[in-house]
Amino acid sequence: MENKAIGLDKGWDYMQKGITKLKRILEGLPEPPFTSEEYMMLYTTIYNMCTQKPPHDHSQQLYDKYREAFEEYISSTVLPSLREKHDEFMLRELAKRWANHKVMVRWLSRFFHYLDRYFIARRSLPTLNEVGLTCFRDLVYQEVHAKVKDAVITLIDRALLKNVLDIFVEIGMGKMDRYEDDFEADMLQDTGAYYSRKASSWIEEDSCPDYMLKSEECLKKERDRVSHYLHSSSETKLSEKVQNELLVAYANRLLEKEHSGCRPLLRDDKVEDLSRMYRLYCKIPQGLDPVANIFKPHITAEGTALVQQAEDATSNQASSAPGVQEQVLIRRTIELHDKYMAYVTDCFQNHTLFHKALKEAFEVFCNKTVTGNSSAELLATFCDNILKKGGSEKLSDEVIEETLEKVVKLLAYISDKDLFAEFYRKKLPRRLLFDRSANDDHKRSILTKLKQQCGGQFTSKMEGMVTDLTLARENQANYEDYLRSNSAAHPGIDLTVTVLTTGFWPSYKSFDLNLPAEMVKCVEVFKGFYETKTKHRKLTWIYSLGTCHINGKFEQKIIELIVSTYQAAVLLLFNASDRLSYSEIMAHLNLTHDDLLRLLHSLSCAKYKILSKEPNTKTISHGDYFEFNSKFTDKLRRIKVPLPPVDERKKVVEDVDKDRRYAIDAALVRIMKSRKVLGHQQLVSECVEQLSRMFKPDIKAIKKRMEDLITRDYLERDKENQNMFRYLA
Amino acid sequence: MPPRASKRKSAPPNSSSVTSSDGRSEGIEALCSDLGVDYTDVRILMLAWKLKAEKQGYFTQDEWQTGLKALGVDSLSKLKKALSDLEKEVEKPSNYEDFYTYAFRYCLTEEKQKSVDIESICELLNLVLGVQFRPQIDSLIEYLKVQNDYKVINSDQWINFLRFCKEISFPDLENYDATQAWPLILDNYVEWMREKHS
Repeated sequence: MENKAIGLDKGWDYMQKGITKLKRILEGLPEPPFTSEEYMMLYTTIYNMCTQKPPHDHSQQLYDKYREAFEEYISSTVLPSLREKHDEFMLRELAKRWANHKVMVRWLSRFFHYLDRYFIARRSLPTLNEVGLTCFRDLVYQEVHAKVKDAVITLIDRALLKNVLDIFVEIGMGKMDRYEDDFEADMLQDTGAYYSRKASSWIEEDSCPDYMLKSEECLKKERDRVSHYLHSSSETKLSEKVQNELLVAYANRLLEKEHSGCRPLLRDDKVEDLSRMYRLYCKIPQGLDPVANIFKPHITAEGTALVQQAEDATSNQASSAPGVQEQVLIRRTIELHDKYMAYVTDCFQNHTLFHKALKEAFEVFCNKTVTGNSSAELLATFCDNILKKGGSEKLSDEVIEETLEKVVKLLAYISDKDLFAEFYRKKLPRRLLFDRSANDDHKRSILTKLKQQCGGQFTSKMEGMVTDLTLARENQANYEDYLRSNSAAHPGIDLTVTVLTTGFWPSYKSFDLNLPAEMVKCVEVFKGFYETKTKHRKLTWIYSLGTCHINGKFEQKIIELIVSTYQAAVLLLFNASDRLSYSEIMAHLNLTHDDLLRLLHSLSCAKYKILSKEPNTKTISHGDYFEFNSKFTDKLRRIKVPLPPVDERKKVVEDVDKDRRYAIDAALVRIMKSRKVLGHQQLVSECVEQLSRMFKPDIKAIKKRMEDLITRDYLERDKENQNMFRYLA
Repeated sequence: MPPRASKRKSAPPNSSSVTSSDGRSEGIEALCSDLGVDYTDVRILMLAWKLKAEKQGYFTQDEWQTGLKALGVDSLSKLKKALSDLEKEVEKPSNYEDFYTYAFRYCLTEEKQKSVDIESICELLNLVLGVQFRPQIDSLIEYLKVQNDYKVINSDQWINFLRFCKEISFPDLENYDATQAWPLILDNYVEWMREKHS
């Protein structure tokens, strides 16, 4: 190294040689690569020129010349080469030039590195790297980027694309705005237009499933595009755009397509297509709403159709046993529920929107009345049938358990839960008393389920009933012991008594039936026994629930008849007289017309004609005469003569209405007591909410109760504001 | 009901001579005939209101005397004139509601009675509101006679009849909102009206 200061021109000449060499290498011209010595020389030249004492320290000029080197190269070589090419070729050239440029920047900044360390740092100027890139940006990028973008959008070669797009990203020098503004925005728009065109033709020609398949493919393709050559930040925006054009814009038309849209898919159980529909729409905000809005009415329609079927069937086939169609309905409803719940869990991935749709749909048709019976009643009957000994089909325990679960689920949709409770409560005792029905476990399990649904208050009475029976069995054993020890007291007839606790069991009408003498003695004896056990308790005999085994000595053979106590009382009258008129029977037994009609009908006009009637018509009238039918026979030795049950539906409904009135009163008072002052609408809505567990109160009923409470001075209307109410302590 | 005629002997409407053996004043029928006013006229009811009469059909000595003093009346002719002024006084909005409420209370003849039978209510409505709200009242009375949900009307429902006439446009009943705290009987009435006109 020389000791003299290097002049600028001389030093620059030397540098220029190095730069030219570099350019030749970049151009692909035959040129040996830089040796370490050459590199060191270039570096040191710069170093010296910068560290010389002023006025020979040429840092500033060197910095400027650095930039000029780029500018010169770009203007003379790079730009012309780009300008003369187009489309893909232009892109290729650009990619090459950019790669070159980066190399150039790297090398030159190494040569001029010393500037970075002191001059640039001290003056806070852009680094050499930045300067290099800025040159390219200002001269090349600014000019070509629009053309590049157009070329990219129409281009297919991915690798090239990736390289070119990287330019957009890197030019931004840390920020994405170059990429976004200059490229991405237009790309998105163009993509959108492309798919919009495609969509408008597909929607005309394709069925919904096909269209969905195509959409899925397009989305996949676009995602691939992103991973292959677009920047990852484009993925969401691109997906959104495609979704928008394909799915959102045409959502209604797609879903509503007549032969292949959402409704037909549901109808034809096209599970896969529905799953695809869900997948496609779940990513779009509120995209699932239209699907759910079709799902719900579809279910409602199917459910309502079932109800209608049951209605029609019952009115058409008068011969089919009453209640059969309704039971079929319940069974079908359960099946329907299972089917659509499967849809919700599988196709619709358990999405809350669809759960809600299912729930609301079921609530609509589950609360329709069928042939005059409310669904609450039908459900109670259904339960009853399942739990009866064997039921109408002999079902295994697990099946029964499962079915009960489903029944309780359906109960959730019924708004009049308390009506169900009341019917169930009415049927339970009959099952308990007459059937000694099969399985205690089932009884208990359904009680537990019902407790969860309706609260302990409702099931406590039923549990009481079950307990009573256990106690009664014990009691009976004691009674038999008593009879054994007091053989004189034995009435001559075997008597089994079940003692029920009044509060638990539904209220039964008890008549002052005139018992036949034989039975009277039984009653007396039991009373005697019972008094030895407990005093201070009053026994009320419910003959309507009793059963009798009577031997009928017919001409052909003796047949044992299993009848109710009332029927037995009628039959025993014929021991004393051969022929009795309706009014005579009535006088003897002291029954009401309604009851007597039923009784006599069951004995003379039904399946088993134990009594013969004169005149031999199908109905009983007050002027009829009855005789013991000695010619009666049957192939069995023991037959049960059924008594058709009274229609207690009316009474049940009345009882429930009464309970509801009390419940509403209590709820209103409770609410007002804690709030003191409340507006009308709020009071009503809170009341409805409190009672919703058991039933859906009618707004008019609530208003009426409120008026009643005003009259009874529990509430008053506010003087200023007619819509406010005040609690009166 | 407007003050009913009593059966005891009549006395002139002179403040000092309106007495009887038990201190009660009577002779309302005679009073009416002297005034040239029918005893079912609403003005008698207004007079009762002004006199703050407690019991239907009677004015006590006190009520009579205090009332007439308040009216500034000491002769029959002055009383006649006062009656027409009284009408205007009652019609003032501040007094009207008070008078209206009074009219209902006046019909509660038994102790602890809280409601009035439908027949009497219809007549009272006609008397008190008939002039001002003729079409509403006629229609409402027709409904009350036809329906059988309610056999009596309580004071809360009574108050709301007035509110109904004042606030609800008639006969379209457009602005009636059943979800608000209107008594159920009016909800039913509106439903009945709408069915009739549909």
